[in-house]
Amino acid sequence: MLSQKRRNLNIVTGDSEISSKIVVENISHQYHIKKSKAEKKKEFTALKEVSLKVKKGEFIAIVGPSGCGKSTLLDILAGLINAKCGKIFIDGKLAHGPALDRGIVMQGYALFPWRTIRKNVEFGLEIKGIPKKERAELSRSFIELVGLKGFEERYPHELSGGMKQRIAIARALAYDPDVLLMDEPFAAVDAQTREVLQDELLRIWEKTNKTIVFVTHSIDEAVFLADRVAVMTSNPGTIKEIIKIKLPRPRRNADMRQSADFNWIRHKVWQSLQNTVTTINEERESGLTYKDLAEEISPSVVL
Amino acid sequence: MLLNLFKKLLGHTYSLLAVAIFLLIWEFIPKLGLADTTFLPPFSKVAAALWKLTVTGVLFKHLIISLQRAVLGFGLGLLISIPLGLLIGWFKGVERFVDPLLQTFRQTSALALFPVFILLFGIGEVSKVAIIFWSVQWPILLNTISGVKSVEPLLIKSARSMGASSFTLLLKVIVPGAFPSIFTGIRLSATYSILILIAAEMIGSNAGLGFLLYESEIKFEIPEMYAAIVTMSLLGLAVNYLLVAVGGRLTRWKEEIPNT
Repeated sequence: MLSQKRRNLNIVTGDSEISSKIVVENISHQYHIKKSKAEKKKEFTALKEVSLKVKKGEFIAIVGPSGCGKSTLLDILAGLINAKCGKIFIDGKLAHGPALDRGIVMQGYALFPWRTIRKNVEFGLEIKGIPKKERAELSRSFIELVGLKGFEERYPHELSGGMKQRIAIARALAYDPDVLLMDEPFAAVDAQTREVLQDELLRIWEKTNKTIVFVTHSIDEAVFLADRVAVMTSNPGTIKEIIKIKLPRPRRNADMRQSADFNWIRHKVWQSLQNTVTTINEERESGLTYKDLAEEISPSVVL
Repeated sequence: MLLNLFKKLLGHTYSLLAVAIFLLIWEFIPKLGLADTTFLPPFSKVAAALWKLTVTGVLFKHLIISLQRAVLGFGLGLLISIPLGLLIGWFKGVERFVDPLLQTFRQTSALALFPVFILLFGIGEVSKVAIIFWSVQWPILLNTISGVKSVEPLLIKSARSMGASSFTLLLKVIVPGAFPSIFTGIRLSATYSILILIAAEMIGSNAGLGFLLYESEIKFEIPEMYAAIVTMSLLGLAVNYLLVAVGGRLTRWKEEIPNT
């Protein structure tokens, strides 16, 4: 009975034809790398024929081992890298180059140290050409949204890692992009802060109704946050499987972590990743054991 | 409150103690006959000469002329070197092209070039301003280039992701990011400008602090000569403190390194 119910929670390959916010079509990308000075340049395929559709207002997470090209995919989505092959459509329109319809939040915060918190949040607004008075109002409300009211005139170095990441989120939200691209945003903060930020992010997402593409190497994080989890394999980077996460919303860390469904889905994603890792292992015939690779993928995996 | 004030006063006194001891030694070595008073007059005599030069307005006249030259050469250096440095630092191709030339020029002593400047610009003001410009521009230029190159790539990426144009990127990310390094260059070159100026004025000039020094030596007015030297040191000190204060205000955003 229980196992029946669990099976029903499955894991359908995600497919969405209605109102796609982002369409990734056959993206391939190669880097030219030199391992040593003497060596000739080698071609390294970071992404191979990656296709993905993201619905408006959807929260999609991309998980995969390091070096699977997930960050490259995000940079291509942001318009910071031009893919060698393939196309990106935002709202059905071909996207090229960065624009204010997509906001990016990076692992390293990337706050401007010479600007106060308020001025950091206003950066995108300045580029957008919004008048000073309006900028001040917007920055105030977004700083309040991320719970840092009263820190407006501080400088980034005076804030903790978690606070800096909140500001980075506020900055990305302030110029009101439809899409939020997040590249391992919580990887550098401690475990407790991380859970708080995850809850906060869901709260903000529910409030603002943004489309979020969230890259992470933590299975827990992906399952907890997303509507769908795209599992990527490396070398060459491809999307192996898209797993639907049919957990009830609103989700909060405190109750979700206890739930059997959560743990079961997490295990499914883990298995999917394990398989990708095994195939790679066989190909490479490397000495890495399962366990090592599992840890590489997610330090928080405990089974 | 009163105790704090006392402590502060004590702190200042302590940091000036070394200077006081030095001046005392200067005062007593000639007085005790350990040095010839003709060549090394006691500090009190030098101070008296300095006072005389000040009240008669002679010192002021020379000081103003020197400052004028320094400010002109220095300003010109800022105006040309900072934009040039931004350009060279930003465009990798330009840097590879000009770097060997820069490295060679940088190693060429400004004083060695002074005769060349005199030949080219005559003995007047232009050659002095030119030599100051030449010597101040290297620290500013090189520090601007390294400052631009050291701007955190993540910040550039972040600004670009928000659709910043190249000009916005330069103005709002590159310049502020490179500023601490640029300012180090400015501080270095401010000190240089005074050193070089004095030397230039001693070689060929009829006014300025360097000339005052040179003239006093020739006329064998030894206390006046020392007075000119003391004035130069004080001038350098003042310029440095001024720049430190300005720099401190402009780089308030930087994390302070705790004193250990």
